[in-house]
Amino acid sequence: MSQELIKLIDLSRCTACRGCQIACKQWNELPASRTKNTGSYQNPPDLQWNTWTLIRFQEHVDRSGSVKWLFRKDGCMHCTDAGCAKVCPTEALYHTEFGNVSLNVDKCIGCKACMYACPFGVPKFNAATNKIYKCDLCYTRLQGNQPPACVLSCPTGALQIGPKDTMLNKAYKRVKELGGDANVYGDKFVDGTHVVYVLPEKAEVYDNLPKDPKIPLQIIVWKEFLKPAGLMVAGAVVAGAFLHYITHGPKMPEEETTSEGGTTS
Amino acid sequence: MTNHYIDLKNSDCILIMGSNAAENHPIAFKWILRAKDRGAKIIHVDPRYTRTSARCDYHVPLRSGTDIAFLGGMIKYIIDNNLIQDEYVKYYTNASQIISPNYDFQDGLFTGFDAEKRSYNKKTWTTEKDEKGIPVRDYTLENPRCVYQMLKKHYERYTVEKVSSITGVSKENLLKVYKEYGATGAPNKAGTECYALGWTHHTTGSQIIRAMSIIQLLLGNMGVCGGGINALRGEPNVQGSTDHAILYNILPGYLKMPTGSIDTLAKYNEKYTSKSTDPQSANWYQNYPKYTVSFLKAMWGDEATPENDFGYSWLPKMDDGKHHSIMHTIDAMYAGKIKGFFAYGSNIAVSSPNSNKVRKGLQKLQWMVNVNLFDNETASFWKGPGVDPKTVDTEVFLLPASASMEKAGSQSNSGRWVQWRYRAANPPGEAMSDGTITMLIMDAIRALYREEGGACWEPILNLKWDYRNSLGRFDPLKVAKQINGHYTKDLVIEDKVTGSKEVNKKGETVPSFAKLLADGSTSCGNWLMAGSFDQKGENKMAKRGKEDPTGLGLYPDWGFAWPLNRRIIYNRASCDPQGKPYNPKMKLLEWVGDRWVGDVADGPWPPLADKEKGKFPFIMKADGVGALFGPGMVEGPFPEHYEPMEGPLTKNPLSGQLLNPAVKVFKSDLDTFANADQKYPYVCTTYSATEHWCSGFTRWQPWLLEAMPEAYVEISDKLAEKLGLKNGERVKVASIRGQVTCVAMVTKRLKPFEVEGKVIHQVGMPCNYGWFNPVETADDSVNHLTPAVGCPNTFCPEYKAFMVNVSKV
Repeated sequence: MSQELIKLIDLSRCTACRGCQIACKQWNELPASRTKNTGSYQNPPDLQWNTWTLIRFQEHVDRSGSVKWLFRKDGCMHCTDAGCAKVCPTEALYHTEFGNVSLNVDKCIGCKACMYACPFGVPKFNAATNKIYKCDLCYTRLQGNQPPACVLSCPTGALQIGPKDTMLNKAYKRVKELGGDANVYGDKFVDGTHVVYVLPEKAEVYDNLPKDPKIPLQIIVWKEFLKPAGLMVAGAVVAGAFLHYITHGPKMPEEETTSEGGTTS
Repeated sequence: MTNHYIDLKNSDCILIMGSNAAENHPIAFKWILRAKDRGAKIIHVDPRYTRTSARCDYHVPLRSGTDIAFLGGMIKYIIDNNLIQDEYVKYYTNASQIISPNYDFQDGLFTGFDAEKRSYNKKTWTTEKDEKGIPVRDYTLENPRCVYQMLKKHYERYTVEKVSSITGVSKENLLKVYKEYGATGAPNKAGTECYALGWTHHTTGSQIIRAMSIIQLLLGNMGVCGGGINALRGEPNVQGSTDHAILYNILPGYLKMPTGSIDTLAKYNEKYTSKSTDPQSANWYQNYPKYTVSFLKAMWGDEATPENDFGYSWLPKMDDGKHHSIMHTIDAMYAGKIKGFFAYGSNIAVSSPNSNKVRKGLQKLQWMVNVNLFDNETASFWKGPGVDPKTVDTEVFLLPASASMEKAGSQSNSGRWVQWRYRAANPPGEAMSDGTITMLIMDAIRALYREEGGACWEPILNLKWDYRNSLGRFDPLKVAKQINGHYTKDLVIEDKVTGSKEVNKKGETVPSFAKLLADGSTSCGNWLMAGSFDQKGENKMAKRGKEDPTGLGLYPDWGFAWPLNRRIIYNRASCDPQGKPYNPKMKLLEWVGDRWVGDVADGPWPPLADKEKGKFPFIMKADGVGALFGPGMVEGPFPEHYEPMEGPLTKNPLSGQLLNPAVKVFKSDLDTFANADQKYPYVCTTYSATEHWCSGFTRWQPWLLEAMPEAYVEISDKLAEKLGLKNGERVKVASIRGQVTCVAMVTKRLKPFEVEGKVIHQVGMPCNYGWFNPVETADDSVNHLTPAVGCPNTFCPEYKAFMVNVSKV
């Protein structure tokens, strides 16, 4: 039986209290950076090697001219067709039984391929350790039947975690309750994400949220076609050379023949 | 709160005004969102669009300092549109009482004002009594001098046009709120109000809250599920701090602190024991002497005897006519009158108004003791910006204190729920709990008195002071039991009628304040807390029962709610005079047979319809009813809009009285004001960020500092355009009292107001920052800007409305 989980982020209940942002830091023992107030509540300004989840603040003027303050908890979407796990040459990034993409940081060689492969800009590089870091959905907590730290900290129930089908049903039910432009985001691309949003507004309204996220074409072409094709060709060449050696033996130097003109000896 | 946090989910309409609940009470907001899930309307009225506004149904911006105008308009709307809960108003409020003929209100002033003393003689603020002393009542509410008609007359001036012009709120928004909230006057609908410092931090603060109480009484919302007046208090145990009387003017349990002229126990009890001749009024404060004497027994134990007035003369007294709020104390410090100062968990150099005056005052102290988790601007005032340590003679002590999870004890939340907490971790290094520190200091003082003698030795050496456990350490459980109270001797009480005997043994904890006596046979440190232990000594504050039999979120077995585990106070008003609940879907109480069923009822007496034994529901008032006409306030029995001490107008549009006539102004050279001054044209408010704690000791916490790193001023994009300021640019904010630097946060969430035909800009700044840390910070406390002036009832400073200028650095 599938143990796939989905973490549901219902932005209609988020008050941007940043409990989740701080709880993640505390559980994962991530150091704080020195930041500046650049004129926004949003800090740090982006996901970082030491900031695995971030509340984004966005002032938005809707169709009727009303000002709305949109909040979005940004972080790894834990895709099923995960670009990062696809390109990782060492399998440092891998899927677990819960469907999340975990990271074995010891295996990371700092090639940064995952950073190009992720449609959401999630993995972040630390030059000091030469490794990337990202949210792992608190995998060890899940193994201990505990919710992720962010989910535990949320005071309003905006964050919940549960079996995939149950959570998708909840998401669609909530979207129906909310009406208007509310929509479910996550289940329709990259073969479905394990972090799903209930968005009160259309996806294109939100900063840094791709409307139709895809793994970059080069990565697909490389991973699905060129690399396998190349490997097949390379394999065929090696196999062919080996067969030739078995059947025809090693290549020997040819006897020299002379033609008119001078002699060789 | 009259109700409690979980009860918020039961409301049909929640008005959040004077509060930024989602940001400063994030857990409470969970329950507000549960109400929203049930279809309740959530309305946010606030000068700024905040994280709260984002989750409410809609946001109504209003100029800070104009809440009474807004609420006065609502009172008028409710009356004009017949939205009152008729039966409730008639029988449960003083609407029907007749105001005495000499009371009047003219042009902003009530009768009895002494302009020189800036105070009122309240003798005309009374209602008529018959020859038996019972209030005269007109239940038709048509007598032109009845409270209801006089209330209507008072708010006639608060038309939608006038209110809009004063507050800057559009007429459309006013009517929208009035209509939606007014609909909760229906008997089966409940509206509640959540307020916090956005209401208390004004020179008219107490009256703002009273205006809302009037609205709640008119709509029948007091004492019902999902109703009430719900103060969201500022920190987890500030409710505990006022319950146990850390304020200068009260004794534990909100008993009154006596002044010097009340020099005997008899005079004290006479003055404060409430009197009523109405057999239908429970007049619960007739029991006052039982609480006074039991308190004195808790203080001085066996040394308090009937012969020495139970030690009443040992109780410290206030000087007549003097006040000792933090603003008064700072004023006295600045005048060089204070030698020593204890700052327990407090950082007044950042959190008190008019920082220049505060810091100069601190320099005049001979000694200061700081009890805190961290060093801060107060403990290190002597090396603050512009201070030469060589000129400061103050001896400063910094005693490291345990954090709240490093000590056992009780915490009382806003909902009056008292919850016992265990120690989760040991304090670091030499840090000790406040209780331990206080005990050790007092032990040393008592030892010195024994050796050397000294003035007023009796109260100090006669003190009941045995709060140690068997290891000799401070024992909070012993203190808690002392607060709860016990029998000082064996006491057998016989009921002559039924013949039953109640046997109480010496030392047993009292199970209820109804058992307290005025003859010294009971001891009780705080009458409200009686019953926090049962008679067998079980700590009810430690209970964690998750059962909720009524389904209303009362959770009667979780912790202890004072008084007597009553979860919603004034709950008898949730039923009609026959004892049937006004809202059958939310049965908080019901009179069944011969008793009340549901929550702990406000007394066992039958409902009002029982002419012989029935009682009015507001049992703590002498006349048993809610006060629409409220003579208990210092500046008037009806709330009246006055402009903030520093505002943009020269004239009050509603009367000839610009400012609250009873406001006390300090006379030092640093107490300056700039009203309607071109140099300071913008209205400023201050508030706390979610990420930081009060005066900002969370600036020591790297993750919190990362999320909110520095001080800022929120200004509207319109004002930024006018001043040529860019988002993120460093700016200077100045008032006549001082100036600070910070980052400009240009936002669409603030909009300019149109007030009396002029464009008035509103700005806001957080109060969590100061010079001490982070080390490189150049920004100092916003309280350099605020005035040391406040509500004359409570002396809560006016942090929320004063005038500033904003300019490039």
